[in-house]
Formats: sequence, structure tokens, C-alpha cells
Amino acid sequence: MQATGSSEVQVKAQGGAPASLLVRLLRLREFALIVMIVLIGLVLQAATGRFVTTANLNAIMLGFATSAIIVVGMTSALVSGGFDLSVGSVFALGGVTAAIALRADIPIGLSILIGVGVGMLAGFITGTLITRAGINPFIATLGMMSIARGAGYAITEGSPLANLPKDFFVYGQGQILGVPNLVVIAFLIVIVGDILMRRASLFRQIYYVGGNEDAARLSGINVNRVKLGVYTLSGLLAALAGVLSVSRFTVADPGAGTGEELRIIAACIIGGSSLQGGKGTVFGGLLGLIFVGFINNGMVLLRVPVYWQTLAMGAILLLAVGFDTLSQRLQQRAQRAKT
Amino acid sequence: MTPLLEAQNITKRFPGTLALDEAQFELRRGEIHALIGENGAGKSTLMKILSGVYVADSGQIRFEGRPVSPANPREALEMGIAIVHQELSVVRPLTVAENIYPGRLPTNRWGMVKYNDLFEAARRVLEQLQVEINPRATMETLSIANQQLVEIGKALSLNCKVLILDEPTSALTEREAEILFGLLRRLAANGTGIIYISHKLSEIFALADRVTVLRDGKYIGTRVIAETTPDEVVRMMVGRELGDFYPAKSAGRGQPLLEVRNLRLPGMAAGSSFKLYAGEVLGFAGLIGSGRTELARAIFGADAKAEGEILLEGRPVQITSPSQAIRLGLGYLPEDRKAAGLFLDMAVKLNIEASSLPDVTRRGFISPARERVLAERYVKQLNISTPGIEQEVRRLSGGNQQKTLVAKWLSIQPKILIVDEPTRGIDVGAKREIHYLLRSLAQNNVGVIMISSELPEILGMSDRVLVMHEGAIVAELDGATTEEQIMMYASGQQGG
Repeated sequence: MQATGSSEVQVKAQGGAPASLLVRLLRLREFALIVMIVLIGLVLQAATGRFVTTANLNAIMLGFATSAIIVVGMTSALVSGGFDLSVGSVFALGGVTAAIALRADIPIGLSILIGVGVGMLAGFITGTLITRAGINPFIATLGMMSIARGAGYAITEGSPLANLPKDFFVYGQGQILGVPNLVVIAFLIVIVGDILMRRASLFRQIYYVGGNEDAARLSGINVNRVKLGVYTLSGLLAALAGVLSVSRFTVADPGAGTGEELRIIAACIIGGSSLQGGKGTVFGGLLGLIFVGFINNGMVLLRVPVYWQTLAMGAILLLAVGFDTLSQRLQQRAQRAKT
Repeated sequence: MTPLLEAQNITKRFPGTLALDEAQFELRRGEIHALIGENGAGKSTLMKILSGVYVADSGQIRFEGRPVSPANPREALEMGIAIVHQELSVVRPLTVAENIYPGRLPTNRWGMVKYNDLFEAARRVLEQLQVEINPRATMETLSIANQQLVEIGKALSLNCKVLILDEPTSALTEREAEILFGLLRRLAANGTGIIYISHKLSEIFALADRVTVLRDGKYIGTRVIAETTPDEVVRMMVGRELGDFYPAKSAGRGQPLLEVRNLRLPGMAAGSSFKLYAGEVLGFAGLIGSGRTELARAIFGADAKAEGEILLEGRPVQITSPSQAIRLGLGYLPEDRKAAGLFLDMAVKLNIEASSLPDVTRRGFISPARERVLAERYVKQLNISTPGIEQEVRRLSGGNQQKTLVAKWLSIQPKILIVDEPTRGIDVGAKREIHYLLRSLAQNNVGVIMISSELPEILGMSDRVLVMHEGAIVAELDGATTEEQIMMYASGQQGG
């Protein structure tokens, strides 16, 4: 095909040689985050002398564990081009329903399933509203956020539920080889979630849907089924996190997890997910969570007043996302100048 | 008498194309002047220059004898040049009156809108149009036709002297169009100069006083309607040599692959029937909005059809979703590759495998090895210029983006491939490659349906040509037909 000779040369010149390994690593959001996390850890250790202790690190990891489980579902929702504001409420509702089941002497395994099932149902309803009724994810999950929270308060009449069977606490309080069970469970879910999102054919469809919904549909992907699955998964994992949290704290609080949705979304966005959809990894979301958690923990160790902590978290989210948006725009502009 | 508006030697260059090449145009007071030309002839660009959306690279515009150069739409409006775009620019949740006076609402000294004055003013404008529209109604409750009339009312409220209408009847029924024509004739009788852009010859001959033809950005000529014929205008529009970059056509054809029986699109009166044979390229010609894309999407299961039957290799099938169509061996390459075809921010390989995930999956997981083999095979076969299969599609040139999209459909090994404007906006080299590729598919017994608005492409590629008009097929022509003949059917001059 002689005719295209010149245009080919042009395109090749534009694309340039493949970037070197180091440059490509630096471009990866995950890598940048790991570097930042290590740096923060070193600074905190130097400043306080008690950051890198088994007790502190265990406490931090326990603090992450339930959030990390929710990150998996939230990442899938963000990648699909939506998000889930109901995770904090479903977290509480899942815990509360499991606790009610336990207090009704239903076996522990079944009680856990009931709690998780309620969260799954909530997610399924949200997904149905988004796909069948065409309600946008913001409104649909905002509605479910309120409904789930209200349901949790209504069935407990507002008071936390205690007096749960001791055997139930093994998930949240036990240890395997010095590592808290909860951390192990969360770790497994994150690993499996990350692999599935990266490699499983079924989960790959989520990226297509988030990348270009129209193109996905015309490519033969059942967009509605993918979205329904995403919100069901998000509800399921939020409720599971809630049940495990009850197991850890021995009390089911209908007010638990308030504001969790925004913390999780912030962590995922910092970790490279995009509100436009089509982008993001579970691993990135986990790193975002650790990053935010380290800064939080650092501020506690450095005795920063709690009100300033809230302000600082907002500023960090805006800085991280603002920096990313800016660098993307600069990249695009440089590209446009070339063509 | 000095013309009302005069454009001389207007040249406008966009990256890669010369949109207007020394074009000219002249509009008199009280005249309805049609502007006609094929897609890409430069009609819209010229009108955007007159209405201040673009600034010309060179050339002169005179308005009422004085040289002017509107730098933006607001300046043009202040001079008295208003344009009603094909895509209406209405604010749907607001009232008719607010849409007539956006940015110019009458206010009291506290800055509050004086609604009674506003509605009264709007009522007077609408009265002038002699249409019955309630100025207090919200725009979204109005039909498209009435929304268009409100836009014209907005232009009138600015005391415009030149009114430009870009394909105003594309979304109107015949009766609504008649009402619009009546209004335009009244406005012209009162001295307004009207520029009327349309593809529809029948309309132009019914409405306009004069017609100017553009082709490939150049001025071809102006005729007085009473002294010309549709034949002459069509010849002026398409008079161009065919390039030699089309492959040889097929010698014979195989079995019927697809048969469509009386497929009627929603909201359309007539249905379409046709057969597609293995080994042929079947061209679909017609004007924009004639229903070619809608028919293709209905066959592919992407949109609903009102009624009709589809037979695949003689067997009736119900296709209700694209995924089902793909399983049956159909592929559909959409006309707007960026909006509906590609995943722009995703890698070349992900774009190629999007419709054939099962082929790169082993035990539920994507196999990177199979991914690479699949992607590299098509990158090589289609000669896609990319630094690698991991490259984001956004960074490829238009032609290579299009080839990536074609690769996606080749990867399902289709029996039937529908391509909608397969070479729009890509360079000549890639265009030729895609033409040869479509022909080689046909040689391998694939049935290819090609929708195109470029008549040379239709003539150069098609073994048979179906012409659509107002939602249905109105003619079947053989591959040796002429542009004139196609245009006659496409514009509703014959048959229909």
C-alpha cells in the first residue's frame, strides 16, 4: 500500500520509541503512591519515633481492613462510570441485620449470610433503579444511602445492639500467626478482587462499559447486566465489611460507617480511578486508602487537632486529583501541538 | 441595487483540509436563496463565517455595501445576521418567551425580570409569525417544528435582515414544513433576505428564488430557479471524476445471506425489503436523515423496529440486541467512530478484542498470550500504524483509529458486515486500504453492506446500490448507475 507510506512515517514519529521502564513506572499511579507512602512512613518515624511499631502498624491495618473490602466494590462501580454513595449505610445495615439474626439464635454462618444478603439486595435494587428506571447513579445511590441508613435505625430503634455470641467475634478479633484475622480476610478479598478486575473476562466488561457505554453496547456487551452486577457486588462487599466490623467491635451500631462513602471514593480517586469511568484498579484504591490512612495516623501521632485533620484530608484529595487533571491536560495539549 | 449581503473570495483552511476555496455568495433583499452542495462542499463553513462563528482566512464580506468582518456570533447578530442551526439551540426547561429573549430579558431597577413585559413582547413576536404558541409554555412541551419557529422568532426579535436556515426541515413533517415555507415567504415579502441550506431539491425548487451550488469548497455557480432544472443543479453538485482507487468489483455473487422483509422504522410510513448476497458489496445511498443508519441499527438489534422480518441464510431470526447479532455473525461499524465505536482511552488490543472476548478467554480469565496474538494479527493484517498494541487509540491518526475499529469486527469473523460511513474523515491512503479490505472480505464470501454519503464511494465500491428516502428504500440500482440517478431518487424527485 504505497499511498499510506508518508502518513505511517508521521504517526510513528509522533508515537516515539516505547518509553523506558523507569519512565513507565513513574507514570504509573500505583508506583507514585508507593513512593509517597514510604516517604510519609519515614517522615513519621523520624518525627515521632513510634510510627513503625507492631502495635501501631497492626492498629493501622485493622483500621483499613473493612474499608479495603469496600474499596473493591467501589472500584468496580467507578470503573463502570458510576459510583456508590450507599456503602456507608449498607455497611451499617448489614451489621445490624446480622446482629439481629444472631440475637434470634440463628447459627453464626447463616446470620452472616443474612447480613451480607441484605446488602446484596440493597445493591441489586440500586442497580435495577439505575439500569431499568434510568435513574442516574448519584440519585439512585443517594436514595439507597438514606433508605439503608433509615432501615438500620428503624429496626434497632436507634440503639446499638450488644450481647452477641462470643464465637462470632473470632472473625474480627482472632489472629493467625500474629496477624489479625480481619486483616487476612480483607487482604484475600483485595487480592482476589484485584486479579478479577485485571484479568477475568467477566470483569473486563466493566472497563468497556465505563470506557464508552455506546460502543460497549454495539460491541455486544450487555451494559445493563454489567451495571447491575457492579452495584450488587458493591452492596454485598459493603455489608460483609459491616458484619466483620460488628465482629470486631462486638456491637452493631446503626450509625456506623457514616461518611465512609466519601472516604472510600476519595481513596479510589487518589488511587487512579476516574469519575468518568473506564479507569482504575483495586490495588490503586488500596494504596489510596493506605496513603490517606497514613496521613490521618500521622496527624494523630503529631497531635494535630481533629478539626484540622478533616480540613487537611479535603485539601489532600483536591491536591491529588487537581495535580492529576492538570498533568493530563498538559499531556493532551502537548499531543495536540504535535499534530 | 447593492446586494444585501455579499461574500467574495472566501477561503477557509482547517488542519488537513481546504474547506472553502475562493467561494462567493450574494444575497438580495427579499430573496430566498438556496445553498446546495454535497456533504463537505463547504456550505456550513460558509454560513458559519457569515454568522461570525468562524473567521475567514481571506476574502471579503459586504453587508449593505459596507465591508464587515463579524468576529463572533454576537457581532453578526447585532448587524442583523441570524442563523438557525440544524441542531436547535433552545433551553428546554425554560419558557418560550425566555428562549426568545435570552440575555435580553426586560428587568426593573432591582435586576428582577419583568415577566409581564417579557410575555407581552414574546406574544407580539409570535403574532408576527402568525403562529399559535403560548409564550408561557416551556420549550420541552413544544414539537420540534414549533421549537424551530421560536428560534426564528428569536431572530426576528433582533430585527434581523438576513436569516440563515441550515437544513430546517430535516426533523419536520411535510405539513410542518409547509407552515415554515409560508412563514419564510412572508418574511421575504417584507424584505428579509433568507439563505436556505438544504439537500432536498424538491423543496428548493418549490421555495427558493435562486440557488447557489458549492462543490469541494469552490463556487460552482448561481442559477435563477425559474430558469434551471433539477438535472442541471444535480450535475453542478456532483460533476467530478471518479478516482481510480477503487478495487475491481465482484464477478458474481453467492447465496442470499440476509433477507429483510418489510422492515419499517418507528415513525416512518413505508417499510424496506432487500436481500444481501454472499460475496457482494451492497451500497446504501441516501441523504443524511434518510434512515440508512436507523435501518442498519434496527437490523443489528441496536434499536427497535416498528415491524418487519429478518431472515439469515433463509431462517427467520429475532435479533433484539447487538450481542445476539454478533453471535449470529453480524458486525456493525457505526458512523461516529469516536462516540459509538472506539474506546478512545483504552489500548489498541482492548479495542480489537472488545467483541471477541470469548476468543481470548481461558477458563474465565483473559489470556495475555491470546490477547497479543489476536491483536498483533490484525494490526499486521490491516497495516495499523501504532507503536504497539498497548498504545491508547486516542493517540492514533483518524485512519488508524478507523482501521482498529474495522479490526474489531474482523475479529468476530463476520458473515455479514455493515459499515456505516466507513471512510468518513480519514486520509486518502487509509481510505483506499479500507476499500480494498471490504472488497477482499466480499471475495471471501462475506456480505458487506456499505452506507455512505459520498456518492463516488458508493459508485466505486457497490455491486448494487439501494437508495433510501424518508425512512425506506425507494430504488435498487445496479453498480453501473450514475450519481445523477442516485440523487434523483435520494432527493425524492423520482419514485418515492
